Amino acid sequence: MSKKPSTFFNMVTTLFGVALISSAGVGLVYEVTKAPIAQAQLAKKVSAVREVVPEFNNDPIAEAYELSSDIGPLTAYPARKDGVLVGVAIETITQKGFGGEVKLMVGLKTDGAIQAVQVLEHKETPGLGDKMDPAKSDFMAQFRNKNPAKFRLMVKKDGGDVDAITAATISSRAVCDAVQRAYNAFEAKLQNS
Amino acid sequence: MSQWKNFSKGFIRENPVFVLLLGMCPTLGVTTSAVNGLGMGLATTFVLVMSNIVVSLVKDLIPDKVRIPSVIVIIASFVTIVDLTMAAYFQALHNQLGLFIPLIVVNCIILGRAESYALKHPIFSSAIDGLGMGFGFSLALTILGAAREILGSGAIFGFKFIQGDGMLAFVLAPGAFLVLGYLIAAVHQLKKS
Repeated sequence: MSKKPSTFFNMVTTLFGVALISSAGVGLVYEVTKAPIAQAQLAKKVSAVREVVPEFNNDPIAEAYELSSDIGPLTAYPARKDGVLVGVAIETITQKGFGGEVKLMVGLKTDGAIQAVQVLEHKETPGLGDKMDPAKSDFMAQFRNKNPAKFRLMVKKDGGDVDAITAATISSRAVCDAVQRAYNAFEAKLQNS
Repeated sequence: MSQWKNFSKGFIRENPVFVLLLGMCPTLGVTTSAVNGLGMGLATTFVLVMSNIVVSLVKDLIPDKVRIPSVIVIIASFVTIVDLTMAAYFQALHNQLGLFIPLIVVNCIILGRAESYALKHPIFSSAIDGLGMGFGFSLALTILGAAREILGSGAIFGFKFIQGDGMLAFVLAPGAFLVLGYLIAAVHQLKKS
């Protein structure tokens, strides 16, 4: 087969054809993977909720509601055992990470004490800031059972009670900021109701 | 050239990373561990083989003046397919490689092979060329990732063999350049002998 000459008509039709077929292929894969992707993300969220609140037997995702904070709404997932509220998992966020945004799931008990904290998303430096991940170091463990009403959520360098990750003070500050935001939102909601 | 020679040239003789020095962005960016390197390498291999096959298939239908845009659209489609598939079925790896998957589009190796090989050769040779180059790329990334993981975290493929932290610099960007430099030197020595 001889090469097609580069006439205007040939170029336009070729590009049109290539784009059409490619987008059809991508569209098809998108449709096929849409459900598994949504499922994987939901599973991740459910397991994060499960890890940060006391044992529950309702469906926190279905009962999710929004809390207002200084940087926009945060989603809260109430955990109930036999209809009684045992804790709330709050999806909180901060822009103060070393690599930008950090997303956490903070579990608060009904008295406002922290049950546990999980990392949902971060772009912190591997080997330094990524130690905020409970799988990589026990930095997050120090928040367990602390009530932010008494436990000052600031790193020790800033006069708080939190032991910062070595060589990752900015990441540690970001975690404090995000947890504080979740707590503030929770308290504000408590006072209004 | 026999097909075996065509296939094996990507390993050492024309290794895309160590000899051609193409695709440095993902090479330096994702190789913080052997698993990341391997994952990135395999994703790139898939895109490389598929794009080489398709480009070789349609090479006579594409006028010369629009070959680059056409090839880029084909490559971008396959990258999106890989991105969606990984997000659906390999969540953990997808989180790790994150930003670098979409960046496969601008990896010079893929456009380079399409332009210099697939546009001039029949389908089968092009597929073999893509496969060989992809394996060479995966090999290089895995070696680089393994070296950085051993030095930086004292682990290999996620299994820790020393307690405590490694030499952190090797997990960060400067370590990538250092290890890459020594590996390139070693490969050159190997080629000479």
